[in-house]
Amino acid sequence: MSSNENSEENLPSAQGEGEHGSVERADNPFADPGLPAHRPRVQDIDERAARRSERVVAFLFTLSMIATIAFIASYVAFPVDKIVYIFPIGHVSALNFSLGMTLGVALFCIGAGAVHWARTLMSDVETPADRHPIEADAETKAQVLADFKQGAEESGFGRRKLIRNTMFGAMAMVPLAGVMLLRDLGPLPEKKLRTTLWAKGKVLINMNTNEPLRPEDVAVGSLTFAMPEGLEEDAEDFQTQIAKAALMIVRIQPADIKDKQEREWAHEGIVAYSKICTHVGCPISLYEQQTHHVLCPCHQSTFDLSDGARVIFGPAGHALPQLRIGVNGEGNLEALGDFAEPVGPAFWERG
Amino acid sequence: MSTVTDSQRKAPAGERVADWADGRLGIYGLAKTNMRKIFPDHWSFMLGEICLYSFIIIILTGVYLTLFFHPSMNEVVYHGPYAPLQGVRMSEAYASTMNISFEIRGGLLIRQIHHWAALIFIAGMLVHMMRVFFTGAFRKPREVNWLFGFLLFMLGLFTGFTGYSLPDDLLSGTGVRFMEGVLLSVPVVGSYMAMFLYGGEFPGGDFVARFYSIHVLLLPGIMLGLLVAHLILVFYHKHTQFAGPGRTNKNVVGMPLLPVYMAKAGGFFFLVFGVIAVMAAVASINPIWAMGPYRPDQVSTGAQPDWYMGFSEGLVRIMPGWEINAWGHTLVLGVFIPIVIFPLVLVAIAVYPFIEAWVTGDKREHHILDRPRNVPTRTGVGVAWITLYLILLVGGGNDLWATHFHLSINAITWFVRIFMFVGPVLAFIFTKRWCLGLQRRDREKVLHGRESGVIKRLPHGEFVEIHQPLKPAEMHTLTAHEQYKPLEIGPSVDENGVERKVSPLQKLKAKLSKGYYGGESQIEKPTAQEHEEITSGHGHH
Ligand code: HEM
Ligand code: FES
Repeated sequence: MSSNENSEENLPSAQGEGEHGSVERADNPFADPGLPAHRPRVQDIDERAARRSERVVAFLFTLSMIATIAFIASYVAFPVDKIVYIFPIGHVSALNFSLGMTLGVALFCIGAGAVHWARTLMSDVETPADRHPIEADAETKAQVLADFKQGAEESGFGRRKLIRNTMFGAMAMVPLAGVMLLRDLGPLPEKKLRTTLWAKGKVLINMNTNEPLRPEDVAVGSLTFAMPEGLEEDAEDFQTQIAKAALMIVRIQPADIKDKQEREWAHEGIVAYSKICTHVGCPISLYEQQTHHVLCPCHQSTFDLSDGARVIFGPAGHALPQLRIGVNGEGNLEALGDFAEPVGPAFWERG
Repeated sequence: MSTVTDSQRKAPAGERVADWADGRLGIYGLAKTNMRKIFPDHWSFMLGEICLYSFIIIILTGVYLTLFFHPSMNEVVYHGPYAPLQGVRMSEAYASTMNISFEIRGGLLIRQIHHWAALIFIAGMLVHMMRVFFTGAFRKPREVNWLFGFLLFMLGLFTGFTGYSLPDDLLSGTGVRFMEGVLLSVPVVGSYMAMFLYGGEFPGGDFVARFYSIHVLLLPGIMLGLLVAHLILVFYHKHTQFAGPGRTNKNVVGMPLLPVYMAKAGGFFFLVFGVIAVMAAVASINPIWAMGPYRPDQVSTGAQPDWYMGFSEGLVRIMPGWEINAWGHTLVLGVFIPIVIFPLVLVAIAVYPFIEAWVTGDKREHHILDRPRNVPTRTGVGVAWITLYLILLVGGGNDLWATHFHLSINAITWFVRIFMFVGPVLAFIFTKRWCLGLQRRDREKVLHGRESGVIKRLPHGEFVEIHQPLKPAEMHTLTAHEQYKPLEIGPSVDENGVERKVSPLQKLKAKLSKGYYGGESQIEKPTAQEHEEITSGHGHH
């Protein structure tokens, strides 16, 4: 039966081959001496000790009942917003604390009682039970194979190939219906990941004040967040739009800007970059004004805003996209177009 | 077959109910084999029970939460009792979680029990899996049950992740965004996968409702089925046991299900539940009100996933940001490689039993557990795996390490990058040596007895420590394990001088077999003859 790929000789010879129990040679000092005799516990010999155990178990069960009553009482007694100070935890909700503690005690005591009962009062005599091989004996196996063969023959499955093949075809095809139904889980990507709400002439709205951003509002060393005009916080797709359009703005001395295109796309040293990390899309939030580095708090990707926002540390794969900005007739900062490349994490079609 | 007296006696009510059920369900037949079924005892067998009970607790508390949670991303303005968020826009999912936490009496408790139980469930599965691994309980006939268990672990991770995302708070939303970035990194179909999962562009208005049905119905349903199958197999195979006097591969020694295990296991459920309830009373978990509702343009610093995802987080953080752009396409290796390695590392442990079975070529049933020291190579592999896991966990919290220990993130990143390769190797070597040391000590103990701590002065002035011989039961226990011999391929040329064909696979197997069972990988256990020589030679007894 065994494919002779494995020689049996590297297997250890199992001890006590065949039977179990200790039918081994008497001169083997390591022979199985058999199950040790049962050692009685105090409770088995001394009825007073057994009584004590009984009382402990009953006490635990009673404690559980009391705790359940305390649970109900706490539920009724404590207002849901009451905060109390409990050493050493600190300020906590009185209701949460009392409900949890009483429920915990009520449950724990049932468990402790049951386990104590089992350990001290129920029989702890260990007994052996036989195991039987999992695999069937040869006779059963032969019977099953014969039955199967007969069944298969009676169905004509092997003989009537046409039935067999068309059945396989039908079974293979019918799941396609299910796959089709999943199509409307979402739209196709198309160009959706390449565009944002930004467009030529859209004014930068300061997210703090909800007012158009003017160059003089942007102080050196501060990080300002902006969104495109026309995007309202109560718009239905606000979350989806801001997930792509979120913008951060800093002012850098034009002389400090190392990247030529960055300088051109800026307005008097005011540069606008996508706030969405190019790693997996966390919003970037930390700005180091001396070095002009921004840091993504998720996996610590660091970008140099004075040098085309290139990645200087961390797992992000490419620079943050820059938005080209200028000033309109009213003196407000405006976009001069959409981002030139997709914002956020990279994807296959990004190119 | 009833006798006259039998039919005259009026059966008690309980028996009549049982008769009724037996006539329809055949319960007596089932009870006959199972009611007094023998279970062996060892503390480590409780680990599976912890998983079982925390799963039940999760289901109970989860059903309660569904009574109040609204899986909707419709935007509402908060007017509840939590002052700092009043007037803030948020999804209904977040608002209803706030409602559960601040207005439903006991709601916060149930939420916290649910979350704590989920963490314990996954930690429990990991530790349970390790105990099965290190004791070799996965060997024939239990390989299928090992796989069922592994699937439960994987599904548990996904269930945890989807559940964590439901409240739509700033922290979990960051995780959902992470998921989008991960999907986008998949070559060719990535952006389609992201569009289909979120019903359009991230975050859209669908994912909470979708994650909800996955979290409360799909995954738990599959898990429940697997769990029942897992337990049926444990019953069917009968539990393994450690070697000891009277315990063989052909029996199982322990106490009966009724009453001892009924009481112990049933009681243990209440112990676990009680402990988790107390944890939920004293330790707050996932305080979503402190994070605020999710906004794609906002983030909380120190964003951390639940611990079981920390490992994949580590991979993602230490990976260099490789991106390949060619022919108008982008291969986002910096994200894609880590998320391929993550499941591979898990799958490596899942297929291990099959590799070991191939190396040993052993097709027999094994019901006696190994002591980890007696299988140094397997134990070494297991410890190496855990080491990798822990090192990546450090990587996952690199910002926390940096701020708490004033280290540079760069240094930690390089430490993790190097030690994710070096660490497991060192751990493997160290563990193997340690196991061999322990084997040697066992051997000494069997041959020379236990050190008694009593020093005796011999007539000629020398001091010796008295060794106490072991009891026969102890000697048996320490020598009961089997020792394999390494596989030999034999000479490459047969006796007629014709070259034998040895397939590379066969050579690999011989190599591995040597690594497992060669002279450097196990200490020969003492033989009866050695024992005889030493005991008579020293004139003991
Ligand atoms: C939902 C999660 C799980 C539950 C509720 C569960 C429950 C149990 C229980 C109650 C036992 C018997 C007691 C014990 O040996 O600890 C058991 C045994 C076993 N479990 Fe699990 N388990 C889970 C996950 C896993 C995982 C993740 C693995 C491994 C990949 C696994 C593999 C096994 C094996 C091979 C046995 C038989 C052990 C033996 O007979 O010695 N289980 N499980
Ligand atoms: S999302 Fe910014 S570093 Fe990962």
